[in-house]
Amino acid sequence: MARIAGVDLPRDKRVEIGLTYIYGIGRSASNQILATTGVSPDTRVKDLAEAEVVQLREAIDREYRVEGDLRREVQMNIKRLVEIGCYRGLRHRRNLPVNGQRTRTNARTRKGPKKTVAGRGRRRGAKKK
Amino acid sequence: MSRSLKKGPYINPKLLNKIEEMNSVGERRVLKTWSRASTIFPQMVGHTLAVHDGRRHVPIYITENMVGHKLGEFAPTRTFRGHVREEKKRKR
Repeated sequence: MARIAGVDLPRDKRVEIGLTYIYGIGRSASNQILATTGVSPDTRVKDLAEAEVVQLREAIDREYRVEGDLRREVQMNIKRLVEIGCYRGLRHRRNLPVNGQRTRTNARTRKGPKKTVAGRGRRRGAKKK
Repeated sequence: MSRSLKKGPYINPKLLNKIEEMNSVGERRVLKTWSRASTIFPQMVGHTLAVHDGRRHVPIYITENMVGHKLGEFAPTRTFRGHVREEKKRKR
């Protein structure tokens, strides 16, 4: 029913939460939108009046970069880093953490599932040395 | 944390002077530098700088996209070519 910025339509939640289903809108952005449009954050998405939906849609179009556009922007930023060959670009290329985190342990989000290597028994990780 | 805006971006003044000098004569020469912490300025675009990586000077051609980054970001200081093979490790 309520279709804002493309394909998003959560129904039974409060608008405040419902808006955060849009990529690029979190809790604070959501609250800001509701404040500027004067829609109560407590109304359920399904109870929104058509006029309110239109208002929300316009507010988002006007002030926020969401969904595809935002994703593209992020991709472009990463691509730029990779192309100029700077340190952060190299980390992206190798799929390792970019912001200086440790890689001796953890870093599983970037590195993916563990690859077991022989000889890395008990004494592995932060404990030893 | 980022640097105070009041101060402006950091650059080694000697390096900047040399660049300005080269720009005014319209000269292109590879400049060796140890100043990895210097920000890349728009004036540097088109020059090649040799940035020290701790061992040697890595030549870096500055393009427009690099403005605002630091010189050191383009000269990696670590060499890692993968781990030793299994058998070799055991011998040790």
